[in-house]
Amino acid sequence: MTLAPDEAPRPVAARRVFFLPAGTWPRILMPLFIGALSLGAWEWAVRAYEVPHYILPSPSLIWATLLRDWGSLSVSLWITLRITFAALAVAAALGLLLAVLFAQSKWIELSLFPYAVILQVTPIVAIAPLIIIWVEDIRIALLICAWIVAFFPILSNTTLGLNSVDHNLADLFRLYRASRLQALLLLRLPAAMPFFLGGLRISGGLALIGAIVAEFVAGTGGRASGLAYRILEAGYQLQIPRMFAALVLICITGIAIFLSLGLVQHLMLRHWHESAMRREG
Amino acid sequence: MDGGSGERAAPLLSRPLVSLRGVAKRYDSGTVALQGVDLDIGRGDFLALLGPSGCGKSTLLRIIAGLASPSSGTLAWPAAAQDQRGPTLPRLGFVFQEPTLMPWATALANAALPLRLEGVARSEREARAAEALKRVGLAGFERAYPRALSGGMKMRVSIARALVTRPDILLMDEPFAALDEITRFRLNNDLLEIWQEAGFTVVFVTHSVFESVYLSRRIAVMASRPGRIETEITVPAPYPRGEGFRTSSDYAAICRTVSLALAGAIAA
Repeated sequence: MTLAPDEAPRPVAARRVFFLPAGTWPRILMPLFIGALSLGAWEWAVRAYEVPHYILPSPSLIWATLLRDWGSLSVSLWITLRITFAALAVAAALGLLLAVLFAQSKWIELSLFPYAVILQVTPIVAIAPLIIIWVEDIRIALLICAWIVAFFPILSNTTLGLNSVDHNLADLFRLYRASRLQALLLLRLPAAMPFFLGGLRISGGLALIGAIVAEFVAGTGGRASGLAYRILEAGYQLQIPRMFAALVLICITGIAIFLSLGLVQHLMLRHWHESAMRREG
Repeated sequence: MDGGSGERAAPLLSRPLVSLRGVAKRYDSGTVALQGVDLDIGRGDFLALLGPSGCGKSTLLRIIAGLASPSSGTLAWPAAAQDQRGPTLPRLGFVFQEPTLMPWATALANAALPLRLEGVARSEREARAAEALKRVGLAGFERAYPRALSGGMKMRVSIARALVTRPDILLMDEPFAALDEITRFRLNNDLLEIWQEAGFTVVFVTHSVFESVYLSRRIAVMASRPGRIETEITVPAPYPRGEGFRTSSDYAAICRTVSLALAGAIAA
């Protein structure tokens, strides 16, 4: 049996400009252009109307403050980052584990899922003080707060993914008498992977938000030193440029987390999933 | 026209491979998918289940595969029972209407799946999967992911996966229905070639009169409401069959006979 020459599709090479596919450049350049334009307008407005820097500092002043205070700010950034990533890791591991458990038995899912929803809809600001009082170690208290916020998207997405297996493939596994474990490892988990990674991408940003919110609550008690605490501190001392500098760091961190998780998603799915494919032609 | 075990139906041993008696399938909703199906399928046979949609031909195939159980009636494997040394049940291969490949796995890993589930060691299963891929004309595409393959090639991977366990019986559920006609003709010829070489049994579900006549030794014509086998027709044409057969007047005449039988079954 041989393959006819016209049966195999020919791969199409995408046109590349400076190492990136031609279509990617506008997606990078246009937002940068808008950003530069807004910053320019901001700088001009602050200078033209002589706005005092304790009301609205100019972008150049914020940048200078960021460089000047990098020493203390970077220490705080590192603390916040550690909490964020620890919370994200715990959320990913527990979310995946619980989703697998849900997939094994409808009864477990029926009994536990409502509580996961309750955890999700409870405002973190409202329960953070309690957690901080209950848990001795402030880092663990912050981690729990960030975890509560980050946990749900991973759980619900992965549960959905584990249940979205192609019926025929499931039949095929049955036909060859696959064990439950084989079906889980070879079929359900790989099928759930895109869903899990999608959840992880949402949770990355949420873990950062959860960590910052918890730091705010803890910071009002003077018990933390993350980026949120720097913002609080600068606010009390009316060091508005420093406040903005910390805010800029938080934004950049959030964007970096989002982009790097997107990269992870792309690298893991590029061979097979529709989401990681570039349409050509 | 009736009667299957004619003198031309060559390697029919005394005991059929599969034997169905009074098989019926009713769903909880009250729908009767199948009723009173009596069917013997011999070793090395090529049987087509031909009928309109809703006649229960896929259900029948799923019952033979063990993916669905009959509401009443029996399914037996008489030829397998007398074989004491090997596994009691014959090896099954199943090909769905869709290629049904794991998109995250390469062609090789997809073809090797049944062996992996059996616990065959990696080096052996990869060698056998590569051999199966070669047999369906996909040598050189071992590392390709399904999305890089055309519809016909995906179906070839699906067939390689069904062949990799060296099955006794290959169950095919309208496998080529979604392909274009040229690719379908090609796969028809390739399937016949493999079947003649390996000598397994094929049960082939189709709604195409032309495909059933071209491929099979025997055609079970089915009717719906309730799903049942209306008549069995032996195709009086020798193998190997090729494009010459497809354009012959014999072929046209048999197609006409089968079409009339199908029309009769639908009207009945």
